This record gives sequence, C-alpha cells and structure tokens, in this order.
Amino acid sequence: MYLEPLSNAVGVSGAEDEVRRIIRDALGDHVDEMREDALGNLLVLKRGTGPEPRPRVMLAAHMDEVGMMVVGYTGDGGLKFRAVGGLDARVLAGAQVQVGPDHIPGVIGLKPIHLLERDERERIPKIESLVIEIGASSKDEAKKAVRLGERATFLTRYQELGPTATGKAFDDRAGCAVLIELLQGEPLPFDLYGAFTVQEEVGLRGARVAAYAIEPDAAFVLEGTIADDLPRKEDVSPTTALGKGPAITVMDRSFIADKRLLRLLFNTAEALGIPTQIKQPGIGGTDAGAIHITREGVPSAAVSVPCRYIHSPVAMLNLTDLQQTIQLMRAALEKWTP
Amino acid sequence: MDTVPLLKQLSETPGISGYEQAIRDLVRDSLARFADEVREDKLGNLIALKRGEGEPPHRRLMLAAHMDEIGLIVSGIEKGFLRITPVGGTDRRLLWGQKVTVHGRRDLPGIVGSRPPHVLPPDQRDKALPWEELFVDVGLPPEEVEKLVRVGDLISFRQEALELKGDLFSGKALDNRASVAALILALEALSSMRHRWDVYAVATVQEEVGLFGAMTSAYGLAPDAAIAVDVTFGRQNGVPEEESFALGKGPTIAYGPNIHPRLFEELEATAKALEVPYQVEPIPGRSGTDAWAIQVSREGIPTGLVSIPLRYMHSPVETVNLKDLERTARLLAGFVARLEPDFLASDEDFQTSGA
Repeated sequence: MYLEPLSNAVGVSGAEDEVRRIIRDALGDHVDEMREDALGNLLVLKRGTGPEPRPRVMLAAHMDEVGMMVVGYTGDGGLKFRAVGGLDARVLAGAQVQVGPDHIPGVIGLKPIHLLERDERERIPKIESLVIEIGASSKDEAKKAVRLGERATFLTRYQELGPTATGKAFDDRAGCAVLIELLQGEPLPFDLYGAFTVQEEVGLRGARVAAYAIEPDAAFVLEGTIADDLPRKEDVSPTTALGKGPAITVMDRSFIADKRLLRLLFNTAEALGIPTQIKQPGIGGTDAGAIHITREGVPSAAVSVPCRYIHSPVAMLNLTDLQQTIQLMRAALEKWTP
Repeated sequence: MDTVPLLKQLSETPGISGYEQAIRDLVRDSLARFADEVREDKLGNLIALKRGEGEPPHRRLMLAAHMDEIGLIVSGIEKGFLRITPVGGTDRRLLWGQKVTVHGRRDLPGIVGSRPPHVLPPDQRDKALPWEELFVDVGLPPEEVEKLVRVGDLISFRQEALELKGDLFSGKALDNRASVAALILALEALSSMRHRWDVYAVATVQEEVGLFGAMTSAYGLAPDAAIAVDVTFGRQNGVPEEESFALGKGPTIAYGPNIHPRLFEELEATAKALEVPYQVEPIPGRSGTDAWAIQVSREGIPTGLVSIPLRYMHSPVETVNLKDLERTARLLAGFVARLEPDFLASDEDFQTSGA
C-alpha cells in the first residue's frame, strides 16, 4: 500500500517528479511498457492476454497536488507566492510548508491577534498579502535559497488514526495508490493502460493528452473526492461520507458518467456486497471531464475514495473505503466487456 | 544544555492554562538540576530556589516565566465530531487544518476541520470561520469518541517544531516556552556563578487566562524584586515598526509605569557591561504579562520585564531567534550575579530618571 509515501511526496502541478519516481519504482516489474510524455504524464501498459486486436481500458489518477509557487520576495527575506490550483487562503494561515526540491522548511504567519483592528479579526488576508518565512533576513539571502517559480506545499506527514488516515494530497494520491494496486494484479483479457496524469488541478491538462495518445474504449478515473459529512444545520445528503464505501459519480461539473459503466459498477458492488455511495451530483470535476470528450468521445466513469478536508494540510480518509475501492475496481475490470 | 533540544521539548509538550501537568513535570526535571529546592504551590506554580551565598537573611529575587499555553476545550460532541471553544486568546483565523491532541481518557491525535468552502455562499469565503463551524475530528467512529472524550476535555496544538535558516526556530507555544527555556539556561549559568540574593525561578501557571499564577506566587514569595520574562511582538509584515522588535538584536528591556526605574537601569547596565545586545521596549500602560500582576502584589513589588521578540504570536508557527533566547539567559544570570545586598533597600530608590 503506497498511500503513505505518495502522500508525503511533494508534487505540485507541473513538478510531479517525486511522485512519478515512487510510482515508476512500484510498477517496474508489473507492467509491459512505461513511458513519460511531453507533459510528464506517466503512461504504463499492462498487455492483455486475449487475441489481438484487444480493446483498451484507461485508468487515470492524477499525481499533482494543489500548492504554491514562489513569485517574489519581500525586503526582509520573505517569499511571496500564489496558489497553484484551488487553494483557500484560510488553510494557509498558520501553516508549516516545505519549499523547493530541497524541502526547505517555512511558515506562513499572520499579524498577531492582539494587534488587530475590530474589522480585521474576522477577515482572512488574501493570498497576495501572505508571506512564507524561511528564516532568510534579506531579499538576497532569500533569492539564493529559493528561485522564482519554485513550488511549495504543506509540510504534513501521513498518520494513521485507527480506521482512518490523515495526510496531505489525498486528492489524488489516494487514487494513485488504488491504481498502483490494480496494475500490480493479474493481467486481464484486454490492454490495461494506467495513466498517472499531471496538472489535473490546473485544468485537467495531462488527462487530455494522455487520452488522445491512448485512444481507450472506456476510461475509469480514480479520485480522492470531497466528503462533507460534518454536522450541519440543514438535513441535506452529504457530498460523500467516510465509512460508506467508494463514491461513484453519476454527474459532476465536468461530465456525465456513461450508463453502461455505471451499471457495471453498481452490479459488481451489489454482487460482492461492497457498499457504495453516489457522490452528490453537480459538485467538483475530475480528469473524466477531459477524457470523455477526447477525439470522438470515450465512455467514462469516476470512482472515488471519500476524503474530508480536501485541499488542506490534513485530509482524512477511511482505510476501509480505500480497500473497498480497490476491490470494486478489480472486480469490475474482470467483468468489463467492450 | 543545548538550546535546540531543550526548546523543542518545551514547545512540543502540552500545558494549557489550568492543566499544566505535563509541562510542569518537564520543567521540574530541568530546574531541579540547577536549584537547591523545587516545590509546587496550590495553583500549580513551580517554584525553584537557588540560594545566594553569605550571611542570611538574603534578599529575594523572583524570576517569573509563564509555562501555560493557549488552546481549546471541548464544548460539545456531535456525531463523533468535537465542538470547540478557546482557552486563552487562541486565534480562530488560523485554526482550520491545524493538528491537535485531544486530552480525553487518553491522548487522541486530531485535526481542526470544517465543511468544505464550496458549500459556503461566495460572500462568506474570505471570512474567518465562526466557532460553531469549526470541529475537531479524531477520525474514530462516534461510539468510540463518546467513550473516550467528554465535554470539558482540553485540546492542545500538536506541532513539530522547525529549525529555519538564520538561527530562527518555529513551533507552537513559544509564547512562553522560549522564556521558560531562557529561565532554565539562566539557572544553569548561575550554577557556576556567585550571587548574594536568593533567586526564586518560578514557572507560573494560568497567565493566558488572567495572570493568576503570578498573583498567587508573588504573594506567597513576597520577593524584594521581580523580573518577568515573556515574549514581545517580533518585527513582521503588517505590524508597525514602533510596536515590534527585530529578531536577532537581543531581548527587549521594558520601560514604563509597570516597570521600576531602578530595575530598568540595572538591567540595561548589565546588558552593556556584558555586551549583550538589547532593545528598549517602551510600554505606556499594561505590559500584558505577569509583570502587571506582580507589581501590585501585597504592598507592591519592584518589577522588571525582559522579553524575547517573537513573530506570529498566538499561532502554532510562532518564531524566535535562538540567539535572542540565549542572550536573555545571559542577561538574567548576569543581572543576578551583579545584585548587591543593598540594591533597592532604601526608600529613596524610587526616582524616575530624567523625565
């Protein structure tokens, strides 16, 4: 189970190297072909056992995480930055971060609460006014330590809390962990393409070109998705909940799932007694949004591990949900036909 | 003692106002190495005595550094999630995404979370979340949470301290564990120095909720003089220069109505004599420290205040310069060693210099 090293690895959109390396090492002996494309997608092929021409199924999980990019310096040695992907300023306040390929530790502090005006106490400063402190005392010193364009992410270590685990970047290292497990299994009759995509968080960029290259007959996207099962006032069904099994997308903001694939997933789950939940429609987007409209279209589905506190320093998932996602996908692939 | 491992341990050990057991035990072990006696009073203040030399009676100096930290307390349990309210001045703006420890039947690691931002109306998205929308999640099923946690259980920040560049050190509770470290290092230095006054090194409790430990310990000790050791605002983005102090330029020595002028002068003279860099901190009124309570104990106690500049106060990423901490220790030890038995013994000693 690779979730821990994947979660701890640093891979902000456009600089997914560390994550790619872990996955390459994990899959070396299990796949027939492995290559990187012009954007850095890691594309692997597990050849099928059936006669040619064989149908193709693409499984996609994105390697990148939301994070920060250093765009400037303050006079006294701080780093100015902007968000890469959807990062909320509220989780940046008071965060410990790591900067650049050497993982230089830094902190993002706020003006002390004692010195705030009345109206400032409720407001979160915008990202433009936040600064990463690495302990440099001058602009020159900061420049020597960190170049413009280097990325930063949260400094969080994976931890298990019993039935659950916390860590950063479960969106989508959870999906990557599931995909590694599936690719390490027995070959299937058809060609199984694993696409560990890049730059999902900045516009589903990697998935678009990967799907074009692979030309799959069907695609499944494996994600870590929003779980919103905290107490709330209105009694609305949660986006997804922890401990209720893998979440299947019927419709989100990026695509509508293919009905045949949905039937396959639900029937497989029912036959094996695997609990599933339907992700609340109309929320979020995944690589499926890019894949399903590639070339003349690709029937697509998305299966996700529910995660609380996504895009924060500490996301949380249920380890049984993760295992059940692997079981469901393995069984569904065994029953898939073109 | 090495500063970094000492400060790291002090930072990472829990000790919220009123529940300082864990930090008290740690500080007791450290102070006991350099003191003649260590005891605890009724509120939990830790008092370590290092006797001076020469014929008794000895004059008595109190050095006070508060060992409590701000935190959270469980105010409700709903579906296995913990509702929270602050203990001391916890900054709500930066709670979401922080790691905590819930001190229930056993210590449980948890995180502060809330519902995802996309479910909030757009005009709410740059506002700090109110207390009702913040929860602590320990990742366990509700039935188990009910068995392990009760309303009233304390919750402390859980943070590994970090060494940054330039002698900077960042962690939670450096307000005021940085000063506690300085106090311990000062006592260590004093164990190889000669001094006439008795020194009572006090790690006070409950400063963050009302200076209560300082009040009772000062009353109990009735010292002839006292110096509080705390932290002050470090220079950082967005804070006026005149309300903050550079990191790396030494501790501040406070001046103003809360401070006895002779103590200010003597601290400054000590710094100059020992060539310890320092900064003067003008405080027009309340110092916001134990010094405010100690000064008006009993009939009044001559009080001084030395502070370590600290950035991002009341956040889990508070940052200090380790050299400032070591300088504070040297200043305190040097001050004690220079104290004459007749210092502040006369009524005429109260005279503000110049102004």
